[in-house]
Amino acid sequence: MNGPHDLGGQMGFGPVAPELNEPVFHADWERRALGLTLCVSSMRQWPGDENRFTRESLHPADYYSSSYYEIWTKAAERLLVKYGFVTGEELRAGRKLSEGAKPRQMLAAADVPAVLAKGAPYDRPVSLPPKFAAGQRVRTINEHPRTHTRLPRFARGRIGRIETVHGGFVFPDSNAQGLGEQPQRLYTVVFAGTELWGAHSDPSVEVSIDAWESYLEAA
Amino acid sequence: MAHDHPHDHDHEHGSDLSPMAARVKALETVLTEKGLIDPAAIGVIVETYETRIGPRNGARVVAKSWVDAAFRDWLTRDATAAIASLGFTGRQGEHMRAVFNAPGQHNLIVCTLCSCYPWSVLGLPPVWYKAPPYRSRAVIDPRGVLAEFGVVLPETTKIRVWDSTAELRYLVVPERPAGTGALSEEQLAALVTRDSMIGTGLALAPGAAS
Repeated sequence: MNGPHDLGGQMGFGPVAPELNEPVFHADWERRALGLTLCVSSMRQWPGDENRFTRESLHPADYYSSSYYEIWTKAAERLLVKYGFVTGEELRAGRKLSEGAKPRQMLAAADVPAVLAKGAPYDRPVSLPPKFAAGQRVRTINEHPRTHTRLPRFARGRIGRIETVHGGFVFPDSNAQGLGEQPQRLYTVVFAGTELWGAHSDPSVEVSIDAWESYLEAA
Repeated sequence: MAHDHPHDHDHEHGSDLSPMAARVKALETVLTEKGLIDPAAIGVIVETYETRIGPRNGARVVAKSWVDAAFRDWLTRDATAAIASLGFTGRQGEHMRAVFNAPGQHNLIVCTLCSCYPWSVLGLPPVWYKAPPYRSRAVIDPRGVLAEFGVVLPETTKIRVWDSTAELRYLVVPERPAGTGALSEEQLAALVTRDSMIGTGLALAPGAAS
């Protein structure tokens, strides 16, 4: 979706403000928010890509005025309500008011180290040979789905060059909608800065994205 | 507000919590009471990213690549396996790719769509990495962004910006600073800053590490 998250090339947000000796967390609630988010993801009740889509679906004014852990928390609340685990009334009251759905699994403290060390790989076998070869010129599609996509707006309808042909990966566009993983081959595609930002942009800049096969056409 | 003491809040009473602290506490309480989470797991997760997994992991990878040509070659071909050989695996590092700075070539990592970052080697991302100014400008004005980090590259240096749009996570291998021929791998690792592995910094000159 063309949401507030799709930030590449947007203007007006001001300078980057790196913080010297930045702590890992700025408040204790951020610690809890990180932990809660990972615990809720570990219930595996919805695809991780739906987490992303839900964050992107916050109203732009809400998205831009929220810190990242706020965005995560708000999205987790929405999904927990959507899937029947908690009610809005419970979140307002801050206590359990009724029985809700039961999760498939719960992350126990003892299992955390192993679960974090294992991660959740997204590579998947694909049977078809790659449609594109390294060095080939391609054009990205110019589509504006209302659903989750990883093709940023700044790189739509642009000519680039295949730099690396990767294996298959879960296709987030379908996975986020609950339509399954539908793995596709992934490519690293490089664009000249001038192709993305116009003839007067910095000629020494190139930008790459990682693009699923269906984002690309031969050019 | 003359008597405001920012680090002297009393958090024992709910009414003193900030709105977000209260909101997160409410969520945690509901989930705990409903048996949906193990609150002790949160503590273990936090401890992991506060004390065990952070940019020193990545610095070890970079330092090894500076002294061990075979490792560097492995890192080029299969970064996931090469990094795993040092014990760094897992969440948000399942699929790794290392990109190498060289004379005339600088690499910069961003996630314009969210906050993708190689947790297994760098830990959790800093706030600026997740915030709109960096995400919006890294792809259209990387030199301007670098200047805000105090990095000014020659005009002839090519800049490659890698937007992490998929599940590949990127680690920049900065150039080895001059005058470090006599340093041990451990001493070299001390020169490798977090920002140098994102591309918003360079490795420190010897003597600059504290």
